[in-house]
Amino acid sequence: MNQILEMRSITKEFPGVLALSDVSLTVQQGEIHAICGENGAGKSTLMKVLSGVYPHGTYKGEIVFEGEEMRFSSINDSEAVGIVIIHQELALVPYLSIAENIFLGNEVRGAGGLIDWNKANHEAAQLMARVGLHENPTTPVSQLGVGKQQLIEIAKALSKEVKLLILDEPTAALNDTDSEHLLDLIRQLQADGITSIIISHKLNEIAAIADNTTVIRDGRTIETMDMSDPTATQERMIRGMVGRDIAHRFPERTPRIGGPVLEVENWTVYHPTQPGRLIIDNASFSVRAGEVIGIAGLMGAGRTELAMSLFGHSYGRDISGQVRMHGQVVDTSTVSAAINASIAYCTEDRKRFGLNLLDDIRHNISAAGLFKLVKSGWINGNEELKIAEEYRDSLNIKTPTVMALVGKLSGGNQQKVVLSKWLYTDPDVLILDEPTRGIDVGAKYEIYTIINRMVAAGKAVVVISSELPELLGICDRIYTLAYGRITGDMPVAEATQERLMTLMALERDQEIPTNRFSNYSPGRVDATATDFDMKGPHQ
Amino acid sequence: MTATVTTAKPATAGVRELLTSNLRQSGILIAFVAVFTAAALASPNFLSPGNISNIVQQYSYILILAMGMLLVIVAAQIDLSVGSVVALTGAVAAVVVIKWDMPWYMGVLAALAVGLLVGLWQGFWVAFVGIPGFIVTLGGMLIFRGLTYQVLNSISLSPFGGTYYEINNGFQNGLFGGYGVDVFTLVVFAVGAVVFAYLQWRTRQGRIAYQQTVESMPLFIGKLVLIAAVIMWLGFELASDRGLPNILVLVLALFVIYTLVSQKTVFGRHIYAIGGNLNAARLSGVRVRRINFWVFVNMGLLAAVAGIVYSSRMNAAQPGAGNGLELDAIAACFIGGASTTGGIGRVGGAMIGGLLMAVISNIMSLLGWPMQLQSVAKGVVLLLAVAFDLWNRRRSEAAA
Repeated sequence: MNQILEMRSITKEFPGVLALSDVSLTVQQGEIHAICGENGAGKSTLMKVLSGVYPHGTYKGEIVFEGEEMRFSSINDSEAVGIVIIHQELALVPYLSIAENIFLGNEVRGAGGLIDWNKANHEAAQLMARVGLHENPTTPVSQLGVGKQQLIEIAKALSKEVKLLILDEPTAALNDTDSEHLLDLIRQLQADGITSIIISHKLNEIAAIADNTTVIRDGRTIETMDMSDPTATQERMIRGMVGRDIAHRFPERTPRIGGPVLEVENWTVYHPTQPGRLIIDNASFSVRAGEVIGIAGLMGAGRTELAMSLFGHSYGRDISGQVRMHGQVVDTSTVSAAINASIAYCTEDRKRFGLNLLDDIRHNISAAGLFKLVKSGWINGNEELKIAEEYRDSLNIKTPTVMALVGKLSGGNQQKVVLSKWLYTDPDVLILDEPTRGIDVGAKYEIYTIINRMVAAGKAVVVISSELPELLGICDRIYTLAYGRITGDMPVAEATQERLMTLMALERDQEIPTNRFSNYSPGRVDATATDFDMKGPHQ
Repeated sequence: MTATVTTAKPATAGVRELLTSNLRQSGILIAFVAVFTAAALASPNFLSPGNISNIVQQYSYILILAMGMLLVIVAAQIDLSVGSVVALTGAVAAVVVIKWDMPWYMGVLAALAVGLLVGLWQGFWVAFVGIPGFIVTLGGMLIFRGLTYQVLNSISLSPFGGTYYEINNGFQNGLFGGYGVDVFTLVVFAVGAVVFAYLQWRTRQGRIAYQQTVESMPLFIGKLVLIAAVIMWLGFELASDRGLPNILVLVLALFVIYTLVSQKTVFGRHIYAIGGNLNAARLSGVRVRRINFWVFVNMGLLAAVAGIVYSSRMNAAQPGAGNGLELDAIAACFIGGASTTGGIGRVGGAMIGGLLMAVISNIMSLLGWPMQLQSVAKGVVLLLAVAFDLWNRRRSEAAA
């Protein structure tokens, strides 16, 4: 095998930050090469250097592609030689058709320079067949799910005669079935001779697909391992990524559980725009002081919908049921009422629902507890700054100053800002929706530590997560949710991934087993995601 | 008593950090100073006492509108109706004062009441029905212009005269006598400078108590001396002319109020939260509808204040009054660094944006350039300001 790409001693500096320091990367012709590293380790910067987002001259080092030194001054240059990058946030135009998106910027021209739509749609159909997307090329992209949109991006790359395909966190937003399909496709492209670089947080995925893996930490290459080598284990990758052994991926905790804090009874929620469609079906659950409970469910089971409908009726309509805090019935029908009732909800989508990316860390931290800073009508700006700095220190938010824009932080640090915001409201119940999604191993551990500190202080924590090992690692008790019904409630000592899966995969009309650990049926694992939207543009 | 003496020296910052830390704000300030200096060099009359008073009077209503407009724009809305509201409120005041021959304050109250109603009306459609502000106020622009013609029977009413006329055109002077310059004006400005210095010092002490970075002492004193010098120079100019213009007092008072409201109150911060990320604001307990509603009510009220000032300046109410003022107010906000998509912008920036346009118009008049070129100049300034903003944003993003 010969090398398709060699990046030699790449060094990239931003004012005050050394983002990449002497990084080298060698990719063999026709392989699948994984790059892993924590957020902020420099993976994306490296790919931006490679694809010409950072033009030649703004970095040190050299790029050799197919034996020639490359000096890209823009993305167009790198695409011209066959290097295509697919970003984590997909760059498709929702109201244009699949074919229009595939050929956007690269339109199929016929006579007189006009676009030949027949030819374009025909060619689009061929490309779609190659990526296994069976849709009409004229369908608007907005009608497709994220998984299919990802395939369109790949079809678009194929239309540019890609030789080296770079995928940045391609499965982060996909469910298991779509992820599997995507990985199959990457293997199939490999068979067609296309080399891929895949950036991923999911170590099991890397283990399954990569030929070689390069680990990056703090802007340096740690090692490149051949994945056929039996010593190339996930533990070794983690060690490389965080620079230390994580003997326990989850911090130790001895539960000290008190009386009930939050009790939810017969909670029923209907879809906000489709009348009569039941989203949460008579759900009851409770969480006690000092306890961490988990809510496990497949995509579309209604986990986020349950949490958001509880928190200020922020989702759904015709909501009924009772919420009690410390035994007292409380009103949670508006977000401020829920905050007053000492409930906090950390969203699963911090960029869309959690943060004001235009503002600084300080103002984001105080956003939900602003009323606490008011003295005779005025906000005490000095106090606000002090509090922000306290949270920066205690949650280890990595930033030179809390006046920095929150949009410039890495995912893990942004998540800590969202957590700070809710911790500052001093909640008795903290609902965390996918608290570790898209953040790196080290930051995950820190988030678990914060959860432990909360419950040690006698608070109650509800964790919603797609990652069962995570729930099993941090919870005291786990509820399972399927089609809006609570189908199980088991102490973590009795829970296993298989048992949880059985209950999570229960069909809508299946009876909930009284002995909740038996009666396994595979069920419909690929549940369709509910189209998730809030009540409308104006609450 | 707490006699703890902090021996630790407070962290201090130099000139460079101060300027570069907020290029968005300081950029427009530097541009303003540059244009101001160029204007002073281009025409000897520019800095004459009478002309400085003129600039304040000619642009006062745009500055007032821009304060309300800034809040609207930060909330990611827009208000196209303010020009028509200025006309309508002026017309109502004229009917009350001129036609019905009632005292001046009744005219003011009537105009404010109409502005409040306009605000409630538009706020209702935006906040509770959920129609975008652009559409609601486009409708308002037509509705209130039509009502103005109706109220005035399509003819001008003039003159107001008396105290109403003095609102924009009057001066406070002569209280302590004059020796070629008005002593009263000088005293007011001196008091103003001292109060400003005291407040700055208190802020600095507060920041030190919280162990934050402050400017080094020489820099702090230098800044105060410079600002005090500018204040006293302005005071001297005005004192050498006709004294302290009423309208300057009004605009300054509103400026202080709106700066505080936007930066130091929950209401103000919630406006920024909504403009920055509507969903996140809602999930943080911001009552989005309520905030949007009050932002438009406030805009209606400020448009009424501007309407009073405008009709006072014209000493008349005309059916076509205030046409296009909304565009000047919006331009002032954008020149002053407000973001077109909401969430970013400051009252002080909008004021400098408005003053920049005022100075450009004024110097062009002084130099005898044709009127039509002023509009061209304003348009070019708007483009350059927003282009600078974009360039600045890309630069800071590249650094991230």
